Amino acid sequence: MDIHEYQAKELLSKFGVPIPRGGLAYSPEQATYRANEIGGNAWVVKAQIHAGARGKAGGVKICRSDEEIWSAADGMLGKKLVTIQTGPQGKLVSRLYVEEATNIDKEFYLSLTMDRGKERIAVVASAAGGMDIEEISAKDPDSIMTVIVDPAVGMQGFQAREIAFGLGIEPELVNKFERTILGCYRAFRDLDATMVEINPLVITKEGGVVALDAKMSFDDNALFRRPQISELRDKSQEDSRETYASDRGLSYVGLEGDIGCIVNGAGLAMATLDMIKVSGGQPANFLDIGGGASPERVQKSFRAVLRDDNVKAILVNVFAGINRCDWVAKGVVLAIQELEVKRPVIVRLAGTNVEEGRKIIAESGLNLETAENLRDAAEKAVAAAKQTPAAA
Amino acid sequence: MAIFINENTKILIQGFTGRIGTFHAQEMIDYGTNVVGGVTPGKGGTEHLGRPVFNTVKGAVAETGAEVSIVFVPPPFAADAIMEAADAGIKYCTCITDGIPAQDMIRVKRYMRRYKKENRMRLAGPNCAGTISPGRAMLGIMPGHIYDQGRIGVIGRSGTLGYEAAEQLKELGLGISTSVGIGGDPINGSSFRDILEEFENDPETDVVLMIGEIGGPQEAEAAEYARDHMKKPVVAYIAGLSAPKGRRMGHAGAIVTSYGEAAAEKVEILRAAGVTIAPTPADMGSTVAEVVSKLKSAA
Repeated sequence: MDIHEYQAKELLSKFGVPIPRGGLAYSPEQATYRANEIGGNAWVVKAQIHAGARGKAGGVKICRSDEEIWSAADGMLGKKLVTIQTGPQGKLVSRLYVEEATNIDKEFYLSLTMDRGKERIAVVASAAGGMDIEEISAKDPDSIMTVIVDPAVGMQGFQAREIAFGLGIEPELVNKFERTILGCYRAFRDLDATMVEINPLVITKEGGVVALDAKMSFDDNALFRRPQISELRDKSQEDSRETYASDRGLSYVGLEGDIGCIVNGAGLAMATLDMIKVSGGQPANFLDIGGGASPERVQKSFRAVLRDDNVKAILVNVFAGINRCDWVAKGVVLAIQELEVKRPVIVRLAGTNVEEGRKIIAESGLNLETAENLRDAAEKAVAAAKQTPAAA
Repeated sequence: MAIFINENTKILIQGFTGRIGTFHAQEMIDYGTNVVGGVTPGKGGTEHLGRPVFNTVKGAVAETGAEVSIVFVPPPFAADAIMEAADAGIKYCTCITDGIPAQDMIRVKRYMRRYKKENRMRLAGPNCAGTISPGRAMLGIMPGHIYDQGRIGVIGRSGTLGYEAAEQLKELGLGISTSVGIGGDPINGSSFRDILEEFENDPETDVVLMIGEIGGPQEAEAAEYARDHMKKPVVAYIAGLSAPKGRRMGHAGAIVTSYGEAAAEKVEILRAAGVTIAPTPADMGSTVAEVVSKLKSAA
């Protein structure tokens, strides 16, 4: 789960990470009010969306007067911001963060991630702040420092100091830097984060250390014990198809094609998408119905897939293990009848009681086609999608 | 021999008396698996499915001599259950539970390092379908009847995609020595490489099929191992060729975050290491069959 910059900053500041003074605004009036509250003579108005690279896309503006703040806020709110990370459809800006401007002396990159190879938390830093990490790896790989944390004892002060000295931080600022890095680590560990990224982490002309931007992501599997993080979810930043599905306990990822997919198991679902592509088609979605494939879950899955108007044909691929194919087939027939599905549906069943399952599909009298195997199913779905005109 | 489990292996069920544990324990027993008991804290001294229930894994091991366990404990308590098994001297443990926090798994892996390698438990999973040595023992939630006994070793992250492979192999008359699920989580007990090593040393396995997917470095690591340390041929299919970067495809670990984690990149790395690639998921069985027939004609 992702959160906004202002939420990440608020969380991190509780762990001792210094952040600029700032406030949230939902309207141009609130934005100017926030600036006056903060004081000073220069502010930054930042669009709050779940994606980076906002600056180049016009989502971050430096302002020196109420009028400038007003017009910057008015220009961003209620509009979709398109950055290189949002995709062409962009993300809706409904919140702004107004911050005091910072006198930047030096910029650094700092992030904490799960290192899957080492199976530990990794702290990554570079003196090439401001660029994203892919860019740094390409242009200046030698500037990247990595420290691996032993989970038995947690991150130690010397590890943070190694980073600080390695980045060439002035000795009198090393303490502040160390506290900042350790604060980020404690936030990562205590809140079950999967990513903390401070880019840039800056040294100001006044000799302070400040997290100028902040990104955090969290482990969905740990949300059961982090209700305070769940509360920060902003559904307006998600694909509405995905929000609908995830609210119903389905694992769904929206794609650009026209073949809707309903599959049990994540691996088989990915393989089904691959098979559609190999057969010359484009999948509209990834969908794992999860264990059980009960009639209720099958019906929910059809509803989720049908919310996408691009879908011209639907491929159901279920490998029935513990549950039987005849039971799954009945669920599919029932769902199609109740939801009055008009688009062609190709059903591939495998596993226990497969013959009985196929018979139910074949004899249903509905616009249903059975497939013998994975390849047959993908080819039939691709052919069906090509023959079907786009939905109204 | 197969690997990890056979008809004589004494097996313990952690989370024995719960709804899911009960259902699958019965399936395992019906398959002929030597289930010697189970653990549910607070229900020690009772009997369930005709087997004794224990309060602790240590108590169960002392009483039954169990060497292998399977974990059906819910996500908040699963890491604890795995560590308990490791501490009680269990040699091989598979964890079925889906939804364990990644930092809990980091702790589990760190905890297991306390034991010397020769005493260290091997963990497979979590978030997997388990392990099966067809015709001998089933330690998992898979439909046992789709697996034929034979000489192909199978390693996979996904449950149902593994079933798909087992069915394709069965239709071509090929059986399986052991099929090991390593799970779809970002931090897991055993990697492809770990299990490849076991199959390389198993006299009853001729060819290994590994079914990988997007995300993480384990397929690349396996490629290096296959190239440098294996005599037996390896076949691989990598799911997620059409998965967009940065999106999580169902499994917690199925997300591309850096170079080498996309399916096409993994395929290249494996191919360069001499691994035979199944070009589509519909070709897993036939690709293995080709490799098997080449092996026969060479002999």
